Amino acid sequence: MSSAVTLTWFARHELRLAWREWLAMMTGGRRRRTRAAIIGLIVFAAVMHLPAWAVVGRFARLQAPLDKPSLIVLSATIFLAWALMLSQAIESVTRVFYARADLDLIMSSPVTLPNVFSIRIVSIAISVTGMALLLSTPFVDVLAFKGGARWFAAFGVVAAIGLSAAAFAIAITIILFRLIGPARTRLIAQILAAVIGAGFVIALQIAAILSYGTLSRFAVLTSDAAAGIAPGANSLVWWPAHAVLGDGEALMLLLASSLVLLGLIMAAFSPRFADTAVTAAAHAASSRQAKGARNFRGGSRQAALRHKEFRLLRRDPWLMSQTLMQLLYLVPPAIFLWRSFSDSSTAVVLITPVIVMAAGQLAGGLAWLTISGEDAADLVATAPLSPLRVIRAKIEVVLIAITAVFAPLVAVLAIVAPLQAAITAAGILLGAVSSTAIQLWFRVQAKRSAFRRRQTSSRLATFAEAFSSIGWAATAALALAVPEAAIVSGATTCAIVAATWKLSPKRD
Amino acid sequence: MNGETSALRLRGLTKRFDRLAVDALDLTVHSGEFYALVGPNGAGKTTTLRMVAGLLKPDAGAVEIFGIDALKDPVAAKQMMAWVSDEPMIYDKLTPLEYLEFVAGLWGIAPKTAQATAHVLLVSLGLEPHMNERCEGFSKGMRQKVALAGALVHDPRLIIVDEPLTGLDALSARHVKGLLGERVRAGCTVIMTTHILEVAERMADRIGVIAAGRLVAEGTLDELRRQNGHADTSLEELFIALVDAKAAA
Repeated sequence: MSSAVTLTWFARHELRLAWREWLAMMTGGRRRRTRAAIIGLIVFAAVMHLPAWAVVGRFARLQAPLDKPSLIVLSATIFLAWALMLSQAIESVTRVFYARADLDLIMSSPVTLPNVFSIRIVSIAISVTGMALLLSTPFVDVLAFKGGARWFAAFGVVAAIGLSAAAFAIAITIILFRLIGPARTRLIAQILAAVIGAGFVIALQIAAILSYGTLSRFAVLTSDAAAGIAPGANSLVWWPAHAVLGDGEALMLLLASSLVLLGLIMAAFSPRFADTAVTAAAHAASSRQAKGARNFRGGSRQAALRHKEFRLLRRDPWLMSQTLMQLLYLVPPAIFLWRSFSDSSTAVVLITPVIVMAAGQLAGGLAWLTISGEDAADLVATAPLSPLRVIRAKIEVVLIAITAVFAPLVAVLAIVAPLQAAITAAGILLGAVSSTAIQLWFRVQAKRSAFRRRQTSSRLATFAEAFSSIGWAATAALALAVPEAAIVSGATTCAIVAATWKLSPKRD
Repeated sequence: MNGETSALRLRGLTKRFDRLAVDALDLTVHSGEFYALVGPNGAGKTTTLRMVAGLLKPDAGAVEIFGIDALKDPVAAKQMMAWVSDEPMIYDKLTPLEYLEFVAGLWGIAPKTAQATAHVLLVSLGLEPHMNERCEGFSKGMRQKVALAGALVHDPRLIIVDEPLTGLDALSARHVKGLLGERVRAGCTVIMTTHILEVAERMADRIGVIAAGRLVAEGTLDELRRQNGHADTSLEELFIALVDAKAAA
C-alpha cells in the first residue's frame, strides 16, 4: 500500500472506532439496541428544540452591530461552549493514550508514526466537533427559523471552536506529560476535563456573588465594569460573536485560524505522540509504590469491607474528578452562605436545592462504585458473611462519605438558619438514600474502570437517579418557601422512587 | 489420602442454563486429598465448582462441606474454604499486602496471625519485592499468585482452584504447584480443575473425569487404567478414550 492509501485506510479505521465507541456509549454495548438508540436520538434532538426555543428564541432577532454587554454575553457563551469541548477533547486524548489497546499494534507496524498519529489527532478533532455540531443543531435551527438563514453561520463557528479545542487539548496533554509525568497527567487531565466547563460558569457565579450579591452570572457580564475593561468593537476577541451573527469574513478567518492552529499542533506534536504513548504504556506496566509496610488492622468483617472501599475510593481518579466537580458546584453556594452572614438576605434559601442535588448525584456515583464496581466479586461472594451484611457495609460507606462531605456545610448553615439546615440535612439524607437505593436495585457486576460508562448499563436507573435528586432538591426548596407544595413535590419524588423499584430487575 | 471424613460431598447436583450444564452429579472428595477434575471444554467443571463455592445456586441437589450443608448454612461452609478463579480477581489499586489484609479481615483472622502468614506467602510465591506496589501493573501470572496468596492467607481446610496454572511461566507454575502440594501434606484438601493433564497425573491423589455434566470415571491413575482396560497408557490417552466413549453414548 502507498503512504496515501495507508493514511486513508487508517483514517477510515479511526472514524469507525470513534463511531463504534459512541454507539456503544449510547446502546450500552448491546448491538440490538442500535436502531432504538438512533430513534431515541432523533426523538431527543426533536424534543431538544423546545428548550432551545425557550433559551435562545428571544435572541433570534439580534443584529450586528451589537452593544458591548450583548457582545460580552455572546462571546462568553461561545467561550463556555469552547471550554466544554476542550474538556471533552482532553478526555478523548487521555483515552487514546491510556485506554486504547491498539498502540502496541500501531507502533510495531511498518507505518510512518507521525503520519498515523496526525490522523489520530484529526480523528479526535472530528469526533469532538461532530458531537458539538449535533448538540448545537436544535439551537441553531431555532435561531435560523426565527431570525433567518444567516444563523447557519453558527455551525461554522462550532466547527472552528471544535477544531481549536482539540488542538489545545492535545497540546495541554502532551505538555502535562512532559512536565509532570504520565501518572499525574492521567489524574490531572481527568480532573481538568471534569472541571473546565463547569469552572467557567462557577467562576462567573462567584464573581457575581462577591460583586453584586446574586447567583446570576449575567450580572457580571452585563455590568458597566465588564464593558469598561472589554476591548474595542473591532478587536479579534469579538470575531466568534461576529461570525455567529453571519459575518462571512469573520467566519472564514475563524475557520482558517483554527485549521492553521490544528496543523501547527499536528506538526509540532505528532512526532512526540509516539514517545508519549510509549511512556504511558510503560507507566501502565510499572506499578505505583504504596507506603511501606505497616500493621494489619483488626475489626469486624464489615469493617474490613468498609476499609477496603474507602481505600479504593480514595485512589479512584474518575471519582476524584467527579467529586471535585460536585464540590466545585458547592463553592458558589458556600461563598453565598458566607456573604449572607453579614446581611439578612432571604436569598440564602437558594443554596439548599444546590446542596441536596449535589448530594444525590454524588451518592449515586459512590453507590455505583461500591455496589456494582466490585473488581473481586468472586472473592467477596465466597467470603463467610451473608450478602446482606456485604451490602450493608457498602451502603454505610456511601452514607459516611456523603456525611463527611456535606456535614461541614450543614453545620455552617445551622448557625445562620437552623430550620433551613435541618431541612437541608433531611434533603441530603433522602437524596443520598434514594440514589443509593436505585443503584442497589439496578446493580450489575462491573469493573470499577467502567465507572465513566455506568449510565449505559441502565438508562432507567440513570434517569431515575437524576429525577429523584431533582425531586428532593425541589422538595427541600419548597419546604422552605411553600411548605404545602413541598408535600406534593415530596410525594411525587417518592412515587418516582417507588416506580423505579417496581421496574427494577427481580432478584432472588 | 490423609483422613476418612469427606471434605466435599455432592449429591444429585444439577444446573441448567440454556442446556443442562451439570447433570445430577454425585461426587465425594476425601479430607486431605488432592483431587483433580478434568474434562473437555464445557463439560461442567467450572459450573460444578462455582456451585460448591456458593457463586451459583444449583437447580437441584446437595452440597456438603466437611459435613455442613453449604446450601443451608453457606457462611459456615465458606469459612472453611477458599476459591481461586482462573481469571484472577484482585483490586488494581491495592497492593498485595493490602489485598491480603482485606481477605484476612473478611475471614475474621487475627491481624497478627494474618500479617505473619501473608509475609510467608508473599515470600514463598516470589512476590516479596512487589508487596507494596499496587497490582495495576502486574502481569497475569503475578495477579494469579496474589489471588492464590489471598486464598491461602486464611488457612482454609478446602481449597478450590479453577485452572490455577493458566498464564503462568514455568517458575511461577512451579511455585504454585509447590504451595498446593505443601498444603495437602499439611492436611488441607485441594480440588483443582485443569486442562494440563500432566499436572493432574503428577499431583493428584485421585482424578475425576467429567463430560456432559456427569462424572464418567474416577479414581487414581492406576484405577482409571484398570477400569478402562488401558494398562500403561498416559492420562491423556485415557482421557480421550473416556470422553470419546461418552460422546458416542
